[in-house]
Amino acid sequence: MPKTLFDKIWESHVVHTESSGSTLLYIDRHLIHEVTSPQAFEGLRLTHRKVRRPDLTFATMDHNVPTEDRFNIKDPISRAQIEALEQNCRDFGIKLYDLKSTQQGIVHVIGPELGLTLPGTTIVCGDSHTSTHGAFGALAFGIGTSEVEHVLATQCLVQKRPKTFQVEFTGQLPKGVRSKDLILKLIGQIGTAGATGHVLEYTGPAIRALSMEARMTVCNMSIEAGAKAGLIAPDDTTVQYLTGREFVPKAKQFDQSALYWKSLVSDPGASYDRTLTINASELAPQVTWGTNPGMVMDVTGVIPAPDKVPGISVRDAERAMEYMGLKPGTKIEDIAIDTVFIGSCTNSRIEDLRAAAQIFKDKKVNTKVRTLIVPGSQQVKRQAESEGLDKIFRAAGADWRESGCSMCLAMNPDQLQPEERCASTSNRNFEGRQGKGGRTHLVSPEMAAAAAIAGHFVDIRKWL
Amino acid sequence: MTPFKSHRGIIATLDRENVDTDQIIPKQFLKSIKRTGYGESLFFDWRYLPDGKHDPQFELNAPKFKGTTILVTRNNFGCGSSREHAVWALVQYGFKTIIAPRKEAIPAFADIFRNNSGKNGLLTIELKPEEVDEIFQMVARQPKAEMTINLEEQRVTLHLPEEISFHFEIDKVVKEHLVKGLDEIGLSLQKEAAIGRYETQSNAQAFWK
Ligand code: SF4
Repeated sequence: MPKTLFDKIWESHVVHTESSGSTLLYIDRHLIHEVTSPQAFEGLRLTHRKVRRPDLTFATMDHNVPTEDRFNIKDPISRAQIEALEQNCRDFGIKLYDLKSTQQGIVHVIGPELGLTLPGTTIVCGDSHTSTHGAFGALAFGIGTSEVEHVLATQCLVQKRPKTFQVEFTGQLPKGVRSKDLILKLIGQIGTAGATGHVLEYTGPAIRALSMEARMTVCNMSIEAGAKAGLIAPDDTTVQYLTGREFVPKAKQFDQSALYWKSLVSDPGASYDRTLTINASELAPQVTWGTNPGMVMDVTGVIPAPDKVPGISVRDAERAMEYMGLKPGTKIEDIAIDTVFIGSCTNSRIEDLRAAAQIFKDKKVNTKVRTLIVPGSQQVKRQAESEGLDKIFRAAGADWRESGCSMCLAMNPDQLQPEERCASTSNRNFEGRQGKGGRTHLVSPEMAAAAAIAGHFVDIRKWL
Repeated sequence: MTPFKSHRGIIATLDRENVDTDQIIPKQFLKSIKRTGYGESLFFDWRYLPDGKHDPQFELNAPKFKGTTILVTRNNFGCGSSREHAVWALVQYGFKTIIAPRKEAIPAFADIFRNNSGKNGLLTIELKPEEVDEIFQMVARQPKAEMTINLEEQRVTLHLPEEISFHFEIDKVVKEHLVKGLDEIGLSLQKEAAIGRYETQSNAQAFWK
């Protein structure tokens, strides 16, 4: 029987299946960070259990870390959490990319960078955006802290087989339209629970044409459609990206691995539980207007009446508009912003920064706008600096920071004030996500950069 | 985990769709390295005014919902972040069960949230939209309305002057774990031999392990 990419990865990781269908699934890579792991280690200590495979477990600190004076964590509770991770990694023999490491960064940025993320593997992390790693054809998904403890103790997880959902993007993305727009469009179309219980597989020429970094942006936001994971079959682009990375097999073993990786495609005729086709050629830059990523529209759009929002109840649409301080009839391009955040595991990689830098070059950030540019990792930061991107950002009047999650979730000092409006390249526009009362609009890096310069949203296609 | 067999308690309603875990427990409370102390911070941004007083506008602050243990809400509850702190906060506030509707293809709960709930003895129940609507209407009419949840029989019963029952479906495995209060890690560790076998076999095939 023809198999999907998902079937192939799943079946090669089954340790045991119960008659109930409950499966013990082997985990190849376990990534951990400071926020969702302390209680898991506490659980191990209480039950006198060990970490089964510290060699398959990798840790970094990203959520809490300051992006200015990074070695000086002023908040004592944040500091305690960072110190707890250091202690836990020491006690259990786990490799930690700490603040002093030249490879520290957002967990979903450094995994691929280091070559920890490999096609055909299973990857988990106590973080919902673990779906990012699916861009390599890895089955990667977020788990809770109890499951983190389970993986630490057993290197396995108890799972029920999810359903599959193929989304084919035909055509080619038009100029000025990025992979961020492609995934936002999909979420707008199927809703934030549209893929719950499913693993999404993205296929079609528009996906094939994307770079690895752009694919990561797509898979990253799979969770915002409710999906368990996102997958893109490995191809030459994938193999090219992996070449020479630290944890990737070398020499002859690389060639053999590459052959295997490229076999990881859905067979012709393989069936999915659901399918959907979207024509990428027809897409426009997207801007979210509400309080979840499904509340999104073309940049050319106008805020609708609350009873005219498809798939969202009038009550929830009204609530969202009230929170966002928006009135029906307002053009997206007329919405003025106070802050721009370019960063997060969605859009903080070198290509994202290059794209933003192109827009900022020889221009100035609007005097009313605070602009924060936060590279996803120390490696991204060094690369950007070697290309002189930091100079472009600074010359434009933007703030160039150290790597971390930063204003994506505002656990560190980078936060919005109540009613401040932000154009953000991150993945969640939930109420209060970037600071209590803060208003978030999700966009691509180019759209964020253009908004920083204009002081309001602009259709980036007019600038190209 | 304490076994869950049946439970009777006061119902509270929260008439919102897509309640995300950032709302259930905002990020500033994720800095704790403990498993306790989250109940006070549940729904923090909705529950408290800037001066720290309870916001009378927020549903759960209504006197009629005092002492509630059963939350009835709308679809896609618990979406967003994987933070298990959301479940810890709901449990420590006093909730034993969350009920939400499955609306056609749209599930009652987000996947990771539902998983996290099961691991902490918090029962998540999916009912039909019309059943959830009925509960909303009845709770609006009768303050301090109570409900009994019988997990073994997969039934919820509303105690009004008359009694109304609804049947619910639940994954067999999740039910068994809840009813028996099983330690999942302990159970998986019993499969140690199979895990070891898998490791030996797969190591021979993959260069990166
Ligand atoms: S950048 Fe944002 S979404 Fe990504 S891991 Fe950090 S907090 Fe989570």
